[in-house]
Amino acid sequence: MRIDMKVNGKLSSTEVDDPEMPLLYLLRDDLALRGPRFGCGLGQCGACTVHLDGRAVRSCLVPVRSVGEQAVTTLEGLGSSVNPHPLQRAFIEEQAVQCGYCINGMIMQAKALLDAHPQPTDADIRSALAGNLCRCGTHQRILSAVKRAAATLAGGEHA
Amino acid sequence: MLNPYVNRRDFLRAGGALVISFPIGAALGGETPARAVSPRPLALDQVDAFLAIGADGRVSCFSGKVDLGTGVRTALAQIVADELDVALDQVEVTQGDTQSTPDQGPTYGSLSIQVGGMQIRQAAASARAALVQAAAAKLSLPAEQLFTRDGAVYARPGGQRVAYGELVGGRQWEMKVDPKAVLKDPADYRVVGQSVPRLDIPAKVSGEFLYIQDLRRPGMVHARVVRPQGIGAKLQGFDDSAARAVKGHIQTVRSGDFLAVVARTEWAAISAARALRVQWSAWEGLPDQARLWEHVRATPMNHSDVLQSVGDLAQASGEGLKTVRATYDFAIHTHGSIGPSCAVAEWVDGKLTCWTASQQTHLLRRQLSLMFAIPPEDLRCIYVDGSGCYGRNGHEDAAADAALVAKLTGLSVRVQWMREDEHGWDPKGPPTLLDFRGSVDAAGKVQAWESTVYAPDAPKTIQVPLVAAGLAGMPTQEAHPGNIVQALAIPYKFANIKVTAHRLASTPFRPSWIRTPGRMQNTFGNETFLDELALAAGADPFEFRIANLDDARAIELLRRLAKVAQWAGRGTPAPGRSRGRGVAFVKYELVRTYVGAVAEVEVDRESGRIRVTRFVVAHDCGQVINPDGLRNQIDGNVIQTVSRTLLEELRFDRSRVTSVDWASYPILTFPDVPEVVVELMDRPREKPWGAGEPTASIVPAAISKAVFDAIGVRLRSVPFVPQKVLAGLRQS
Ligand code: FES
Ligand code: FES
Repeated sequence: MRIDMKVNGKLSSTEVDDPEMPLLYLLRDDLALRGPRFGCGLGQCGACTVHLDGRAVRSCLVPVRSVGEQAVTTLEGLGSSVNPHPLQRAFIEEQAVQCGYCINGMIMQAKALLDAHPQPTDADIRSALAGNLCRCGTHQRILSAVKRAAATLAGGEHA
Repeated sequence: MLNPYVNRRDFLRAGGALVISFPIGAALGGETPARAVSPRPLALDQVDAFLAIGADGRVSCFSGKVDLGTGVRTALAQIVADELDVALDQVEVTQGDTQSTPDQGPTYGSLSIQVGGMQIRQAAASARAALVQAAAAKLSLPAEQLFTRDGAVYARPGGQRVAYGELVGGRQWEMKVDPKAVLKDPADYRVVGQSVPRLDIPAKVSGEFLYIQDLRRPGMVHARVVRPQGIGAKLQGFDDSAARAVKGHIQTVRSGDFLAVVARTEWAAISAARALRVQWSAWEGLPDQARLWEHVRATPMNHSDVLQSVGDLAQASGEGLKTVRATYDFAIHTHGSIGPSCAVAEWVDGKLTCWTASQQTHLLRRQLSLMFAIPPEDLRCIYVDGSGCYGRNGHEDAAADAALVAKLTGLSVRVQWMREDEHGWDPKGPPTLLDFRGSVDAAGKVQAWESTVYAPDAPKTIQVPLVAAGLAGMPTQEAHPGNIVQALAIPYKFANIKVTAHRLASTPFRPSWIRTPGRMQNTFGNETFLDELALAAGADPFEFRIANLDDARAIELLRRLAKVAQWAGRGTPAPGRSRGRGVAFVKYELVRTYVGAVAEVEVDRESGRIRVTRFVVAHDCGQVINPDGLRNQIDGNVIQTVSRTLLEELRFDRSRVTSVDWASYPILTFPDVPEVVVELMDRPREKPWGAGEPTASIVPAAISKAVFDAIGVRLRSVPFVPQKVLAGLRQS
């Protein structure tokens, strides 16, 4: 079955064997995107987070058949190492990474938060990221990075 | 700096085939590593094992220690840049490739900088001396008149210069590391000691970084292993008709009790594995979890080792001697990597290549060579970064899985563990039991200290047997769980001390090392029991420690900690009180890194929930290579260990691990993460020591004591779950 999808602003058309296949595998294996990551496949860790029409979702639980017209955005869609999004830049500036495996989820979830609440409190950020697991213990820096990005974005810089 | 591998490839073309192997640096976002490589000298006494300089002056550093998300790659580049006198962006680090990096031992034990980095520093100093000699000959000037800067040897500032690339570019050093080569004066370091931004982070925040999970090879297929229902169950039969009906299914492979499906796509492999119908024999070889500590205590002992002996316990005496006894236990933990283990393997002409996030590619090569009965020369293991592993998790097992499936199918095979594989089958930190007895006299002096740990025996070299080898009945080794009796000996100067390890003949799960193996459990016992003695002595925990230490560096650290944490003495547990503070200290393994910490907690007397609100750490690991990287490590040590201490415990029934996801094995989440305050005691003129583990070792004891301070309940069993707090409150 052919699945047409808009990913990071580009139209893609992929032949899939199983329409129940989670979006994560299409993104990683068919489109060779590395932002969304496999962590649990159970919706428990957030490593696979992407945006559907700006909403943060866990791509390991989203069957490809259900995506339809919704625009898919991955970490790659925000920016690159050369031209990072303010959130990505804030993570670099705060050095808010250890192994980095969870960071896709942190940035994508935080992006959804900042889009809805441009000036979150510390508690807002903590609760928005409560479902995103980090095993390295990078949480404190991740909080600082999200705060820094919020300040930058509030300062008039746009994504 | 953002994309060094573009340069790297140019460098390879320019630098000549003699010098360089191949760009494993793909790990920072480039292509799949190439296959061909001219073997490099790997002996640890050879400069060539560690360093190469291309014709363009770019420096390659070859490290057997790998960056497990800890910033080691950057720190090594800093060390090389300073010792060789080249710009940081001229240095590239290749890690953990058995064909091009020396065997510096596994990346564990907080030794990457302390040992691995210092071998590289010495090689760089030797190389720099050789460059000066070569330049002296070329310029016909005495070597003493020359100096090095920015990748060149100079006669005088602004004067005649010879670039390193001209002197050695494209050639091997063919010289030994000179153990006497003079290291730079630390005052002259320009990048060591600086918070240089980590080289890997820009690629990691933008989806450009290549993790092992992202590696794709031409013609590669996907496999999923179907694990026995009970850990020791035998495969009695299977029906793969439904699995074969999954579009993309290629083959179901079996070898003994090892069973896997191979498919064209990853999702097909997952679907086919789920569709497989398998009969396993019944197996119930695990102990009853409810009686785990009785089981450990009753496990036959291979031998008993005295680790520290001072004076004679039988002679302990004193006015009004009070004796205190306590038993501590520490639950079985899983590594819990966020990205489950993964590997890719290929066989070509009877030779195996394996891409892996193993922290120990050289050791893995020996294990795979034994498993497949092929000489190590026919085997190459290449490190590609993975999700943080915090010890020996499942990466090596995934590598063995992939190698076996590749062998059985003749294909290039990627094995990605599922979440339940990682939680269920990674080797575990063994359950640890500790008994203590101590006596304090009326003057508050400790007259006796006796401790005993019950820990699995260590047969030979440190290694964890490969799951696939066991299941398939292939040759494998005995399990060695790591340095789990270390740090039981104490730094305190008591009159009579006896410290013993009972080495047990067995332990319920395949044992392994998890961040701060043994030293965490032992330090939990030591430092908590010390507090029990301090209480019996009526002493302040800081002053009690200081009074019993004769180590100026330790005392300086404790005083600094007391100041930063604004320590004002132990609180008095009282009915209305729910906040407390506790201190713990370690001199790691008695020979290196000093760490002290004060934990601040809040306890909810209704629910029994503990919240660690703040953690103040004072840290002395000698010379600091990268202060910001070090702080990042310390934060991670604290937060991860708060999680292990408060929440984590492997669950199992008689057959298998039952805590196979994040719901059944919860870890700390954002709302409960403490503020971490780090005070670094930089000592630029001292040796650099490790920092990947020491802080973690004192976290459980500091929390236990803070809880006691708050509510008068002594927690002696990790994890400190609410039921234990409530049970303690009922008793008090
Ligand atoms: S991989 Fe999707 S939530 Fe964990
Ligand atoms: S940085 Fe390693 S899991 Fe978060």
